[in-house]
Amino acid sequence: MKQFSVINTRLPRIDAHAKVTGDAQYAADLSMPNMLYGALLQSPFAHAKILNIDISKTKRLVGVKDIITAKEAGLIKYGVSPARYDETLFCDKKVRYIGDEIAAVAAVDIETALEAVSLIKVDYEPLPVILNVFDAIKEGAPAIHDDFPNNICAEVHQEFGNVEEGFKQSDYIRTDKFVNKKQDGAFLEPQACIAVYDLNENLTLYTSTQSPHYVQRTVAMVLNIPIGKIRVVQPYVGGGFGPKAAANSIELSACLLSKRTGRPVKMGFTREQVFLHSRGRHQFYHELTTGVKKDGTIVALKNTCYLDGGAYASFGIATVYYAGSLLGGPYKLANMKYDGYRVYTNKPACGAQRGHGGVVARAAWEQQLDIIAEELGMDPIEFRLKNIMQRGDVTCNDLNMSSLGMRESLEAVRDGSGWVRKKGKLPKGKGIGVACGFFVSGAGYPIYRSETFHSTAMIKLSEDGGTVDLFTAAAEIGQGSDTILSMIAAEALGVRFEDVKIHSGNTDFGVDLGAYSSRQTLMSGHAVKQAAENVKQQVLEVLSKKLNTPLEDMDIKDGLIIFKKGPVDCSSLKASYIKEHRGWAKFPTESQLTFQEAARIAYLEKGVIVGSGAYKPGELGGKYKGAAVGTSPAYGCSAQIVEVTVDMETGEVTVDNMTDAHDCGLAINRMNVEGQMQGSLSMGLGEALFEEVKFDKKGKIENPTLGEYRIPTALDMPNVNTIIIESNEPNGPFGAKEVGEGAIMPTIPAILNAIYDATGVRIKELPVTAERIYHALKEKEKGKE
Amino acid sequence: MKQIIILTVNNKVYEIAVAPNRTLTQVLREDLNLTGTKEGCGIGDCGACAVIMDGRPVNSCLVLAVQANGSDITTIEGIAEREKLHPVQQAFVEHGAIQCGFCTSGMIISAKSLLDKKPKPSELEIREAISGNLCRCTGYQKIVEAIMDASQKMKK
Repeated sequence: MKQFSVINTRLPRIDAHAKVTGDAQYAADLSMPNMLYGALLQSPFAHAKILNIDISKTKRLVGVKDIITAKEAGLIKYGVSPARYDETLFCDKKVRYIGDEIAAVAAVDIETALEAVSLIKVDYEPLPVILNVFDAIKEGAPAIHDDFPNNICAEVHQEFGNVEEGFKQSDYIRTDKFVNKKQDGAFLEPQACIAVYDLNENLTLYTSTQSPHYVQRTVAMVLNIPIGKIRVVQPYVGGGFGPKAAANSIELSACLLSKRTGRPVKMGFTREQVFLHSRGRHQFYHELTTGVKKDGTIVALKNTCYLDGGAYASFGIATVYYAGSLLGGPYKLANMKYDGYRVYTNKPACGAQRGHGGVVARAAWEQQLDIIAEELGMDPIEFRLKNIMQRGDVTCNDLNMSSLGMRESLEAVRDGSGWVRKKGKLPKGKGIGVACGFFVSGAGYPIYRSETFHSTAMIKLSEDGGTVDLFTAAAEIGQGSDTILSMIAAEALGVRFEDVKIHSGNTDFGVDLGAYSSRQTLMSGHAVKQAAENVKQQVLEVLSKKLNTPLEDMDIKDGLIIFKKGPVDCSSLKASYIKEHRGWAKFPTESQLTFQEAARIAYLEKGVIVGSGAYKPGELGGKYKGAAVGTSPAYGCSAQIVEVTVDMETGEVTVDNMTDAHDCGLAINRMNVEGQMQGSLSMGLGEALFEEVKFDKKGKIENPTLGEYRIPTALDMPNVNTIIIESNEPNGPFGAKEVGEGAIMPTIPAILNAIYDATGVRIKELPVTAERIYHALKEKEKGKE
Repeated sequence: MKQIIILTVNNKVYEIAVAPNRTLTQVLREDLNLTGTKEGCGIGDCGACAVIMDGRPVNSCLVLAVQANGSDITTIEGIAEREKLHPVQQAFVEHGAIQCGFCTSGMIISAKSLLDKKPKPSELEIREAISGNLCRCTGYQKIVEAIMDASQKMKK
């Protein structure tokens, strides 16, 4: 007998039909009767004092219904981490980046709204612009925020074990620097929203978000509206990858404009505004010093990092911690020291992006480990295997690897890629490289301090017993949570996948922190599983009484009631269902008692059958400052091998093959797991080879388009050999854990290591453009002469 | 000054008054309420707004509605025949070629246009045909597999 009926299969997504026909509606597709259109006025200066705002001309424009500035909106500070609420909806005394919000307008159509903002006259006094972290922290540099005179938004100092002692024990120590560039989320759907404030003073916000819950809290706080009066609803969302995980200026503006005008207000970002709002990957300057023994044992790691955070904190407090904590594994490491500084600059704010805080640290370290392996004369895979952690290991910074198929993943990519046959044997210009990585399966703590559940779920059975309505506030952003949660509900309740109807992404359906830190499968999955088990119990209890059969002798599977100790006479129940069901569609024809019949009987006995579930992790991690960041009930991990061809004349890189093995605990939906792996590798390939948000000297983005900010196309991305490893996570629902972010961790360093194998040059600055390789090759030639 | 144009969209004839600066994307989405066509950039970079115009795939954000006067247009809403999905749509469903879905309409338009012209494309030809359609979620692999599968099934 197979273990599972619904999960661990390759079912098509529950929203696939809606998405292939164009029926799926995203926020920009919605409209309301009597709706107004909003537009933002954003700063043209990266750093300037606001001397005066004159809205008199705007007021006179026909069709303008409302104008709001800091005066109308107030100055309540918000942000992501309560410790660093440093944004106001609109700037008051000064602007801090090109794009900082100054005012918003609501008008009868979008053309009028845009004209209206262009008529607002703002007098600025330009201030010195700081675009670089090292300029920002120089003595005497102008302060971007008065409360942070040295422009350091947050700093972290941690030491586990004794790094100096570790270096003394080491036979070989080396230091390397590494830097990436600011990356953009580049999701295909620009943010959009509609706010509707009704006559009963209830506010509904339809918005493209990864976290209806956090948006609800922020709107409540900034606009001073009781949280119970606010409903945040997520239509279909066209990707997020991190930057949509917090409230944005159009959400807050639309809500306030709707409240003031009493009419629905629609707002949306243009693609350029998506780049300006940003909240994508930080720029990280890492300096890593690693000490190892002759036999390849890693002894100590010293990590110093400066993060270019842009004008506001956003998720950056978590980011600066992650940039240290995520090097605690997946190798045994007794001594680790981290000094991190997140610095304000006059650029769009950086935040969380896929692999939050850990991607660049991982790229830097995995390349350095490769260099060390070569210096020691060890095969890079052997070197990694020698140090690898396994199930049950705890890192020096107290992260508990309750399951960890890291060794299995590494061995799988070695065997699946032909590594042994290829490593060191490829012709010049062709190379192969390897790397590993791991990531949290849901942040262990909410972003605000609270005892809150992280996910709740509710299941209601329809009166005919034929439909299971699943209500969750979890956020489907394209990653597949609606499908996965429906599968978990069906499996746990014992019904068929098609019997489950999911209602998600709505704060009226419960509390769910949302789609970030790869948390939906594990955390929302737990809540859904609990709710399903609760409903199952209620139905079986009624049956037990009606059939005079002990509860423990019954089960539900594939939509049928199972009697473990042989057949039970259910004819009276079946007959009564027929009587009840007269004139309705979808009659059970099975000879056995079905779940549908049993659920109807339960309804007749008890009224509507509703069950709920709620999940929060237990206490996790150490007691030191910042110990919360990096904790998780479980960790997913990935190993990758990449093969490249480098044109030795021009330096142009082509990625030929990628092999990825990822441990997701248990694949709820194998097709979705592969999709997450392939998508992660694609984003990693883009960051490795060409993605960079570029700024001119005044702090203006030079490439705020998807054409000039280049993401991988179908011609850049090779096919990936995807290998799923299942380690059965004890803290996950049915043993499942993350796949959405762990899979990006090894991609950049595996590419870097393959480039070195092909060319003999090490590139320590992203993106690895042809130009960068060309110059490195020229340097190397010069060195030889 | 608005102009009257005639568009045949998904086999239905529309007579519409449009301002000369309105794009075909705007008219399809806002005037005809065919919101299956998406706008990801508005300047022809991403391909989410692709429609078939007189037999050729175009980025509808780069076409002014007045330029489209008199043309025959198929949007994503017109790809399925009655209730039956087109083989490309069916293959996208079965192969998991969809994640967020925002690029999906344009992808399917490009894929269908390719297969109409070239029923047995190579993998490279498929990749070239969708190279103007950006996808941030899937890494393209399952999309390519779906189009290959659809091509196989359409041959039969």
